[in-house]
Amino acid sequence: MSADWKLEARHQALETRACVLHALRSFFLSRDYLEVETPNRIPAPLPESHIDALPAGEWWLHPSPELCMKRMLAAGCERIFQISKCYRGRERGPLHLPEFTLLEWYHAGYDYFRLMEECEDLFLYVTGALGTGSPLHYRNREIDLSKSWKRLAVKDAFERYGSISMEKALAENRFEEILALEIEPHLGSPKPAFLHDYPLAFGSLARARKDNPAVAERFEIYVGGLELANGFSELNDAGEQRARFEKENEIRSKRGRAPCPMPEKFLEAISRMPESAGIALGVDRMVMLFADAASIDEVVSFTPEEL
Amino acid sequence: MYSASDLRKNLRLMLDDEPYIVVDFQFVKPGKGQSLYRCKLRNMLTGSQMDRTFREVDTFKPAETEEKTMQYLYKEGDAYHFMDNANYEQIAMTEEQVGDAKNFLIENMECKVMFFRDRPIDITLPNFVDVVVTEAPPWIKGDTVSGNYKPVIVETGYKVSVPPFVEQGEKIRIDTRTGDYLTRVKE
Repeated sequence: MSADWKLEARHQALETRACVLHALRSFFLSRDYLEVETPNRIPAPLPESHIDALPAGEWWLHPSPELCMKRMLAAGCERIFQISKCYRGRERGPLHLPEFTLLEWYHAGYDYFRLMEECEDLFLYVTGALGTGSPLHYRNREIDLSKSWKRLAVKDAFERYGSISMEKALAENRFEEILALEIEPHLGSPKPAFLHDYPLAFGSLARARKDNPAVAERFEIYVGGLELANGFSELNDAGEQRARFEKENEIRSKRGRAPCPMPEKFLEAISRMPESAGIALGVDRMVMLFADAASIDEVVSFTPEEL
Repeated sequence: MYSASDLRKNLRLMLDDEPYIVVDFQFVKPGKGQSLYRCKLRNMLTGSQMDRTFREVDTFKPAETEEKTMQYLYKEGDAYHFMDNANYEQIAMTEEQVGDAKNFLIENMECKVMFFRDRPIDITLPNFVDVVVTEAPPWIKGDTVSGNYKPVIVETGYKVSVPPFVEQGEKIRIDTRTGDYLTRVKE
């Protein structure tokens, strides 16, 4: 063991991490979910405009297990969860590691609002298992985790906290900038928040709202300013999905990224996928929350720089 | 050309036709969106700082700066004269351009001069310089309490705090990055 690696600095956070992982598993097992493991090395990643998959030989390390898990959902696995390592290139910062841990789960018959309720239950369950109770203290903020979290539409969040409207931000390609720098810091205290109803272009695998096809049935969870999870009602229209992937690939090409091959087996399967909702939650960030950590570096055994 | 993903601390780049250096940097990426790169930048001509957020589509030219090893020759009036060791060409810099480096410039010393479009904008000195103490209050024998420092003046006119045993005519070593006394130099 090299002398620059200090266990003392991490010990407590790593204990919290182990407890969080254990609690997540018992929550899903108690709700009759099937724990699954899908291959981390896949022939091609999903075509998404802003994600860089890392190559592994001729194939790729999965940026998320979404592709395989949805094929399982289509094959009749109605409630599944997975805790897996995922990999994304060119992502490194206080909240990003190129290798990170994702909890992803799917529930047939749910829509995104029903899934939000399950998220509230999950956080309360983990809090109970850790014995931290509510309110939670994170970065000098007090967070009340009890149910009925705030629900805020993206458009309204721009009106309330942004310097310009959502429409203007989209037109000027400043959507992410306003969201990350002006809006996010306000979200998630004193109660956690679900930011929901994204512009369709920001939910390439989400179902469009029936009453407003410009809006994707997608949400993100924010707790104490920290973005923790991305969930949505699943799109199960293969034709529509193919068209959206083509659009994503167009953006990839414009930005100098190689287009991804069409995931034909996935497209063939999703038309058999039941109405369902699914979500991916950053486990490292959830541990940050319970360990009161400012950086993702504090909650993993090693960062890439320490290897 | 640099792309936004090349941004990191100490990268030098051109913005609005002026050279900047990245002094602080943070990667931000809202879920599934494009990456943002929040930077604090220092203008290498004016020294002023600014915050700017870049997106992954942004590209930059490297700063048109060039560093040359030069020899400091002498000071005449307000002008500091240097010679390029490669071609013996001479340049003069004003006191303002030399900045704090003037405190440690000794004749014939080698240093690195940064140019922007043939205009000298910054000097990097060796980390340590040895200078002669030209003025020092006398050492009161027995005064050896550490932390009990006295001010002296060195050959460049720079004033520095030293331990009481340092006497006029002695040589001392100074860290040019902090301006602090390090040790006495015995020859």
